[in-house]
Amino acid sequence: MKMVAFAARNSKEILRDRINLAFGIGFPVILLLLLTAIQSNIPVDLFRISNLIPGITVFGLSFISLFSGLLIAKDRTSSLMLRLFASPLTARDFIFGYTMPLLPMAIMQTIVCFVVALFLGLSFSLNILLTIVVSIPAAILFIAIGLLCGSIFTDKQVGGICGALLTNLSAWLSGTWFDLELVGGGFKKIAELLPFMHAVEAGRAALSGNFELIMPHLWWVIGYAALIMFAAIIVFTRKMSSDNK
Amino acid sequence: MSAIKTNNLGKKYKDRIAVEALDLEVGQGELFALLGVNGAGKTTTIKMLSCLIKPSSGDASVLGNSIISAPHKVKELINVSPQETAIAPNLTVRENLEFIAGIYGNSKMSSKKMAAAMIDSFKMSAIAEDKAKILSGGWQRRLSIAMALISEPQLLFLDEPTLGLDVLARRELWSVIKELKGKVTIILTTHYLEEAVALSDRIGIMSAGRLCEIGTADELMNKTETTSFEDAFVAIAGEGGNSI
Repeated sequence: MKMVAFAARNSKEILRDRINLAFGIGFPVILLLLLTAIQSNIPVDLFRISNLIPGITVFGLSFISLFSGLLIAKDRTSSLMLRLFASPLTARDFIFGYTMPLLPMAIMQTIVCFVVALFLGLSFSLNILLTIVVSIPAAILFIAIGLLCGSIFTDKQVGGICGALLTNLSAWLSGTWFDLELVGGGFKKIAELLPFMHAVEAGRAALSGNFELIMPHLWWVIGYAALIMFAAIIVFTRKMSSDNK
Repeated sequence: MSAIKTNNLGKKYKDRIAVEALDLEVGQGELFALLGVNGAGKTTTIKMLSCLIKPSSGDASVLGNSIISAPHKVKELINVSPQETAIAPNLTVRENLEFIAGIYGNSKMSSKKMAAAMIDSFKMSAIAEDKAKILSGGWQRRLSIAMALISEPQLLFLDEPTLGLDVLARRELWSVIKELKGKVTIILTTHYLEEAVALSDRIGIMSAGRLCEIGTADELMNKTETTSFEDAFVAIAGEGGNSI
């Protein structure tokens, strides 16, 4: 009950921040429209919708980090957090209370991207549903990154780190905009060691029906999500005491 | 049973002593004011008693529960109105109240009823559906105190509740606090000496982390042989010694 009340408050805070919300949901859709328009005017198969949409959904999820990071960072710097820390809420209530409202938002954002993609020519198949399910570990990963950043940095720093750095990093290193083979070398190796490319490739495998290729990529995402969520819990719990000193 | 009983309670940050060997007993239903200049140790004391920070030495019993071994139990029985207004800005007045009732374990239905009752008793009906961020400072502070009371705490910490408010808003809040006297044990910290005199049953004066004197305003004036409470405070806080 305590956690649900806290999660409900967090949902309202996020949903009522209209600018962030419109940007988070609107920007990936605008990119999808733009890149599809470019594709229709170039002779090469650069931004084919079935190849593009898994990348766009992962890119869109990077905005979820911004939502969660900003909310926690703002809470941490306000007196409200002192009130919450003095309440019977436990560290578990805090972590799940921040995570729970963001997960449906992340799934909703992915669904919106797919609906737009269907209008832009993506063929409907049950694989779309599987791709949405496959995107859930990536959603948890980005929520965890936001939790971690929000626990460490101020809201202004979170804006820069999650809003600019993370969205760009996840976009460039995911292979959404270009084939990583084209760059190769160290860039490709770094991309392979990070979870963003694997999140996109797992989505592409699910959408194209290459089911045997899903899990080898998804394990990377699940591993990173678990690791970063664990780190976020540790850091947040420590901050619960150190912020009050 | 006392509402608060501390035993050699202390807090040290590296080489700096924030609170030293505090022995204090506050009765149930009492309104106890904790005074002192900046850095005297008032807020650190409140943070220890509300389980926000762990003491470096000693222990305290809050409503029969140790702040060290049973902090979760303590947290269920107390509430805090922090120094700065502590509200969720994008939530309405009603939603803020329901939110706090919810995190203290009340069901949705019960939270709604409690919020409605609190809105009524704090005369906030006209602003109940307004977002907290658009309220005046006085209304925000009133909401902040209402949020501290909605969980029906047995012990309430009011840290500088009227800081930055104009005279009218302050007097209004005084009447709210006076209505609580006897029903809830209140620990009040304030820089406004007249506020402590007007509201409290007893006053404790801290200086340099130590509790220097305790008594009613009259008792403290008699002890220091002064004719105003301000002079008594200056005499005690200025000395900073004679720990009781």
